[in-house]
Amino acid sequence: MSANTETPLLSVRGLNVYFGPFQALKNIGFDIPTGTTLGLVGESGSGKTTIGKVILGQVKAESGSVIYDGEDITNASRSRRRGLGRDIQVVFQDPYSSLNPTRTIGQTLSEPLMMAGVTSRTDIRRRIKELLDIVGMPADTADRYPFEFSGGQRQRVAVARAVIAKPRLVVCDEPVSALDLSVQAQVLNLLNDLQRELSVSFLFISHDLTVVRHVSHRTIVLYKGEIVEEGDGAQIQDAPQHAYTRTLLAAAPVPDPARQREKRQRWREMRQAQLNT
Amino acid sequence: MTDAVQIDTPAVPRVAGRPNLLLSILLRPLGLFSVLWLSIVVIVAVFAHQIAPYDPMQQNLLAIKQYPSAAHLLGTDAFGRDILSRLIVGSSGTILGVLQALSVAALLGISLGVVAGYFGRWVDRAIGVYVEIIMALPNIIILLVILTIFQRNMSIAMIAVGIIGSANTARIIRSATLGVRNELYIEAARITGLSDLAIIRRHIIPRILGPITVQLSIFAAISILIQTGISFLGLGVQPPFPSWGGMILEASVAINDFPWLLVPSGLTVAITILAFGLLGDSVRDSLAARWTHTSTPQKQRAGFRAGTTSQQAFDDSAALSVRGLTIVTRKDGVEKALVEDLNFDLAAGEILGIAGESGSGKTLSSLAVLGLLPAGVEVVSGQMRFSSKTYDLSNTRALRPLRGQQIAMIFQEPMAALDPCFTIGHHLVEVIRRHTPMSRAEARAKAIEALAEVQIADVETVMKKYPHQISGGMAQRVGIARALIPAPQVLLADEPTTALDVTVQAEILDLLRESQKKRKMSVVFVTHDWGVVADICDRAMVMYHGKALETASVEDIFARPSHAYTRALLAADPHAAPIGERLPTIQDMLKEGSR
Amino acid sequence: MIRLILKRIALSVPLVIVVTMLTFVLNNMAPGDMAATLLQGEGSNAQYEELRVKLGLDRPVLEQYGDWLGSAAQGDLGKSFFTGESVVSLLNQRFWVSFSLVIGALILCVSVGISLGLVSALRGGFIARAVDVVSVAALIFPSFWVAIVLMSVFSVWLRWLPAVGYTPLTENPRLWFLGLILPVISVALHSITTIAKQTRDSMGDTMNRDFIRSLRACGIPERAIIFKHALRNASLPVVTVIGLVTVSAISGTVFVERVFVLPGLGSLAVEAALNSDIALLQGVTVYFTLLIIAVNLIVDLSYGWLNPKARVE
Repeated sequence: MSANTETPLLSVRGLNVYFGPFQALKNIGFDIPTGTTLGLVGESGSGKTTIGKVILGQVKAESGSVIYDGEDITNASRSRRRGLGRDIQVVFQDPYSSLNPTRTIGQTLSEPLMMAGVTSRTDIRRRIKELLDIVGMPADTADRYPFEFSGGQRQRVAVARAVIAKPRLVVCDEPVSALDLSVQAQVLNLLNDLQRELSVSFLFISHDLTVVRHVSHRTIVLYKGEIVEEGDGAQIQDAPQHAYTRTLLAAAPVPDPARQREKRQRWREMRQAQLNT
Repeated sequence: MTDAVQIDTPAVPRVAGRPNLLLSILLRPLGLFSVLWLSIVVIVAVFAHQIAPYDPMQQNLLAIKQYPSAAHLLGTDAFGRDILSRLIVGSSGTILGVLQALSVAALLGISLGVVAGYFGRWVDRAIGVYVEIIMALPNIIILLVILTIFQRNMSIAMIAVGIIGSANTARIIRSATLGVRNELYIEAARITGLSDLAIIRRHIIPRILGPITVQLSIFAAISILIQTGISFLGLGVQPPFPSWGGMILEASVAINDFPWLLVPSGLTVAITILAFGLLGDSVRDSLAARWTHTSTPQKQRAGFRAGTTSQQAFDDSAALSVRGLTIVTRKDGVEKALVEDLNFDLAAGEILGIAGESGSGKTLSSLAVLGLLPAGVEVVSGQMRFSSKTYDLSNTRALRPLRGQQIAMIFQEPMAALDPCFTIGHHLVEVIRRHTPMSRAEARAKAIEALAEVQIADVETVMKKYPHQISGGMAQRVGIARALIPAPQVLLADEPTTALDVTVQAEILDLLRESQKKRKMSVVFVTHDWGVVADICDRAMVMYHGKALETASVEDIFARPSHAYTRALLAADPHAAPIGERLPTIQDMLKEGSR
Repeated sequence: MIRLILKRIALSVPLVIVVTMLTFVLNNMAPGDMAATLLQGEGSNAQYEELRVKLGLDRPVLEQYGDWLGSAAQGDLGKSFFTGESVVSLLNQRFWVSFSLVIGALILCVSVGISLGLVSALRGGFIARAVDVVSVAALIFPSFWVAIVLMSVFSVWLRWLPAVGYTPLTENPRLWFLGLILPVISVALHSITTIAKQTRDSMGDTMNRDFIRSLRACGIPERAIIFKHALRNASLPVVTVIGLVTVSAISGTVFVERVFVLPGLGSLAVEAALNSDIALLQGVTVYFTLLIIAVNLIVDLSYGWLNPKARVE
């Protein structure tokens, strides 16, 4: 564990989750210090999305604990959960299903503010305007409906909704996986800027080690519901300890033909070794 | 606490230029018609006795079975009674009955449907039992029982119609709710802390208003049919008092000598039912028009006709050579180019990457080679040179013989590319026997060989499995095996690894490379992933908004990109960027949201 | 497969009980009982009490229902209040008329509906538009009105077909067939367009699915793609709709038998209602419910047969 003396904003210990007889998470534990980003990397079936759902209260844990700001929220009551909505927010992968098509962007953005107790209409309007400016959307966005915007723009609105009521933790579940490279860069930059300005913490879930490395202070690699490796992003990329991390790294192609040829060769040798054992 | 907060009053003013609901219904011709007709019917039903020109029960045996005249606008019946007056007075029973049935069905059906769909679990199962029992009732017979027991009380009968109708309404509203319940914005609202009631009110109901109005309008039509039907059977309104159904019964007695009687009663019923249906459609369309694309014509880009493109000569050394490919889509009479004047050559034995972001036209260009473009998208011009023949790419029929046999294709969603109703073995046997006639057993043996070649272990078991029982990586192997069976010279691969995990992707890429080398195939590899381009391609063509920006060897593309867009795109990839630093974006080059 | 059938049948037993009990409970809730209804306000108090005892109305509802259920299980549905005849024998006399009507309508609407749907899905154009127009017409005109119009055109005016009445098959097969043509069309008309539209929509959806494109890319001929792959996949929602329209066709017999004066279960039900013959109506309810259960069973079975996902798991 990191030598952080402060109490972390979020602390997860010994988490076990079952779906019927299938164990989706095995003894998961990690900390997210205030104002930092923790990256979760894994392939499909690794349980990375389930971890986010446990923190958000959408999936019940069999055992273990989720401590938020010193409070055990593992089995928080329904009403406590609704209160936590102000502090813990979410950004999903699919920018299309993330916004209600029948409501204007303004109506969508006003919801978290009202839940946070902001009732004055002028305050709400001002705050929406501020936020739209921060995420780089035109001023008249609030009056428009989601269909008028592209995927990247919608994802920026989804980010705005997540941070508008000044939460302390945002769970980002594959927030850039559905976006083109050119748009992905904008959203990643936006998340970095927001963290600097609002000192918000992120749990950044992704299948893409490169993206996670770019935004995270610490990174966790998950494989079949277990943490196989933890470290800072560069360390995992440059000196992977676990065999699975090495396979994952070797399998991910890099945009450089010469380097990729070497990598490919390494992957083949690794795979051959695996098949032989 | 949450429900006290008023969110429904929008914090921002409504967008100007969006008419309110009633106005936008009235602006539609069919909406105007239905609102007018139904208002007339309702007003007539309420003030029937004041409006009717004659006493509907006044017989005049000197003026029986008359055709329309100035005195009797719709003629007279077998007893000389004025038909118009009888229709007018008869309308009140029908309208009252429809309102009774409709309000019961709406109240019960919508609330049960939404609750069942939203909460699921045991609530859904309990409501499901209610729906199933009612749907299994012989409903007309039950109505006859009720009419008998309650001594032909029409109000009780129509309320029963409403209860019976609530089952189907609940069923439809439930499935509409289910379709919405798992949308991510509902999840986001729940995480934000909204109560279930608030989520239903703000997020579910507005989203399913379309199906609700359509279902209610259909049910209104059905309850008119039932109300008139009961009177037709002689179990409702008792003669001589007029009713629409009773008038049809009276007409049926007189069909031998006075068939005209069928017309006023039948048409009135039909037009009223039609009006309910059209009203439902208009309300649905008007509601959706606020938040979906309306067909406002965009500025037309003309001139995508054959012959306007620059014609370069074919490269005869290439395995496949495409010239002047232009693909358009037509919507509301407006043509939009998706690919414009594209030229490319696929050298024999090479892997050519087509790289680009969404909307660049890379996938469409590969589909056009086999004439597989989706409906509404077509090639307006384009020629292809392949094995010393020239093909017109706009002539899909001429491309059919090439499919599979000489040019094969694999796709992005490997699971969806297989027919869910047939086993893996069946898929392969079908293709084998299509290309070489042989017995089923021989084809099976060949299929097993083909699966072994794509490194599937335990082939016999896999042959018997259905597509939903295998993994995505396995499905793509099956797709590759199927494509390679007829030994094609060219393979088109449309993002074949995008839907797969990165470790599976590496295996599939390896498999493709090996097969390509062994069979000396030429491959077109469509992808958005620069890492994949670097991994598998010999040359790459970069596409942007339907045009090819540059084509070069992969070494050159990555080391010396000649186009600014390619440079910017490569720079935006976090691979190269220092951790945590701002990524260079290409915002200035991409005008986002121009679509 | 056998387990599915048994499960369905087991589930339908409580259904029959609920439906039949409903008539008893409603009967008890109604103002004035059946004895009063039958006497129509006439007769002395003594006559009324006597009739109540005779009809068994003096006993508690559940007891009455228990008795009825007990004899129903042995195939005895009681006697008609009105004629005194055995309900079962009345129903059995009438059953085959309605049965031929429903089966005829089913054959017509499935064959014509699916072909029309296929043609309009694949060719579009005129047939697709015609299906739209006819289906609107079939929805907005009551089936009994259409039946009368058909009768006045083909029987009264053109004199091609018999107008009313029913000739048993055993008596004269030709007249039996001719007499059923118009009733069958009247019952089937709405169902034809419903099935045609569903077939067109689900064929349209299926033809846009990925696997159709990949079959084309493999060089599978268009005819095999349509009739083997697309039709099989598109058939699931169509089967569901066939089940629904069969149930509505069964209800539709009530009106159509009335128009064409066919001695079937539907017209029997109307006669019973007009005569306030509750015992007979209860019998008809049982028959109709059993028919609908049978239809649903067949739909479930074909669903399982057509859909490997339902079959394999």
